[in-house]
Amino acid sequence: MIRFVLRRLLVTIPMILVVVTLTWGLIRLAPGNFYATERGLPAAVEQNIRAKYGLDQPWYVQYGRMMANTLRGDMGTSLSYDGQPVNEILRRTIPVSAGLGLLAYLLALTVGVTTGTLAALRQNSGLDYSSMGLAMLGISLPNFVLGPLLVLLFSLTLYWLPPARWDGLFSRSMVLPVLTLSAIYMAYIARLTRAGMLEVLRSDYIRTARAKGLRERHIVIRHAMRGGILPVVSFSGPALAILVTGTVVVERIFAIPGVGNYFIQANLNRDEPLILGIVVFISVIILMLNLLVDVAYGFIDPRVRY
Amino acid sequence: MSPTASSTRESGISTAVTEAAAHVERTPDAEIAGTSLWRSAWRRLLRNRLAVFGMVMIGLIVTASIVGPPIIRTTTGYTYDSIPAESSLVRSFPPLRAPDGSLSAAHPMGTDSSGRDILARVLLGGRISLMVGIIATLVSLVIGIAYGATAGYLGGHVDDVMMRIVDVLYAIPYMMVVIVLLALFGGQSAIGQLFLLFAALGAVSWLTMARIVRGQVISLKNREFVLAARAGGVSTRKIIQRHLIPNTIGPVIVYATLTVPSVMLQEAFLSFLGLGVQAPLASWGSLAADGIQNIAVFPWQLLFPGITMALTLVSLNFLGDGLRDALDPQTRKT
Repeated sequence: MIRFVLRRLLVTIPMILVVVTLTWGLIRLAPGNFYATERGLPAAVEQNIRAKYGLDQPWYVQYGRMMANTLRGDMGTSLSYDGQPVNEILRRTIPVSAGLGLLAYLLALTVGVTTGTLAALRQNSGLDYSSMGLAMLGISLPNFVLGPLLVLLFSLTLYWLPPARWDGLFSRSMVLPVLTLSAIYMAYIARLTRAGMLEVLRSDYIRTARAKGLRERHIVIRHAMRGGILPVVSFSGPALAILVTGTVVVERIFAIPGVGNYFIQANLNRDEPLILGIVVFISVIILMLNLLVDVAYGFIDPRVRY
Repeated sequence: MSPTASSTRESGISTAVTEAAAHVERTPDAEIAGTSLWRSAWRRLLRNRLAVFGMVMIGLIVTASIVGPPIIRTTTGYTYDSIPAESSLVRSFPPLRAPDGSLSAAHPMGTDSSGRDILARVLLGGRISLMVGIIATLVSLVIGIAYGATAGYLGGHVDDVMMRIVDVLYAIPYMMVVIVLLALFGGQSAIGQLFLLFAALGAVSWLTMARIVRGQVISLKNREFVLAARAGGVSTRKIIQRHLIPNTIGPVIVYATLTVPSVMLQEAFLSFLGLGVQAPLASWGSLAADGIQNIAVFPWQLLFPGITMALTLVSLNFLGDGLRDALDPQTRKT
């Protein structure tokens, strides 16, 4: 177990380095630069800027310096946000995005697992068909369509909720963003739970449990759920990837000052230190969470050996 | 695997199977199982009402986006980027309304803020979105099948290394890399951006395909017909090409059908952020992005592209699910 975690950690570190190198290489190879203006800069000014940011050095010096700084956790200073340190921006924006994602995922988990289990228990009933139809809609409706539709309904027609503003994570204005972000997970989780539960409910050990005369509720919650929920656990890995793209869109629609919004802006402004800092930070988080998912898998399914 | 079995079958069958039999002759190993599998799978698919709905819808949408734009051009004279010359018409009209507010069929979906016909733009968006979906899926098919089949058949250390690479690529938050790629290298020309988009989406969507094909090949490679081919001196490359890949086709079709909507969704996401398809071209994602700007006043600018896109994705997903149920022997018993 501990060996497994350590081995995975050892694999994870080179992967982070690969991502950093890839991103840095892309930024370096891309045409143009952040200080390019339409009229062009006087040669002396450009020379000074290049010297200040070390751009007059050969690429391997730049790469070495960047890598050393990254490994020390110093991501430099943003170019477009008036000299704010990248770490400062990350500290401000990551909790916002992480909170949004976490709330959405918890909501999706609760609703999705419940619906999926109920649908599996009453297979081919009206409840099964209607919830699976809704789930299909949730998978197919892009969140940038769903979000505005919810705004149109709840904010601009019914006037129940604010359309797009930021009052902190636990406020009325977060209801629509969380709902928008969680829709696709809800749908996936409900489908996966249903499929997993259907398979488990037919298995021998459930028949044994029934034969022992256990109560149905006990069988479903204690015995079947444990096996039936495994596909949901392994989905959590890919779910993280969707979460990143999902939060970018949702933050953009609902004007939430999260890291996704800053990432897009940094790319449009060509704010190189900020791009790199965000990529590094998100990669680390995603790789760590993937590791966590793998470990959790072993806890839920005793058949898994490391 | 006897020729007698296939001839008894052929005696009592229609022309449809003769074609299948012709196909079988090329891949002698798929033979009997192949013929009956495809026919019964097709029958199962037709019994699935949702899958049939999906097929019909996809047919309609594809046909509309191919023949629609020329029809609109000849009947009303609008193309996707024609802005009316008269300045009073350069504003957003509701669906089915003429400038004076009376009913009119000139713009069934209304016009956007530049007075352009939304129907024509949605159909163009359909062309581009479907094209992105299909081309990126084809790219992922080619890379994924070649990679997965090689890894699965060779096995051992080669397999280990190849699959480790896939694992590594899997864990990379590639969407962020794609965003960086499109933002920094794009913006030169609309067509260039489109090719960048094809390449970026195709290059990342082959990973799952490679895993699926590898799994299939591993379960197939120790079967008798492969052994027989190897005993007969067939080269490794030929075995992979002729014997293994054709037999993995079922799950591959299913996964490819489900890749199309997911790629389209990613394209829409990138175009929504302004990194994908560039004006004057349009995709459903970029149309939705434009529509959101004006959602309070001109909701139809978002509604029509959004609903069309959702309908297409639902149909593709229904078809994919139906194909899986029809082709996958695992789910068939339920």
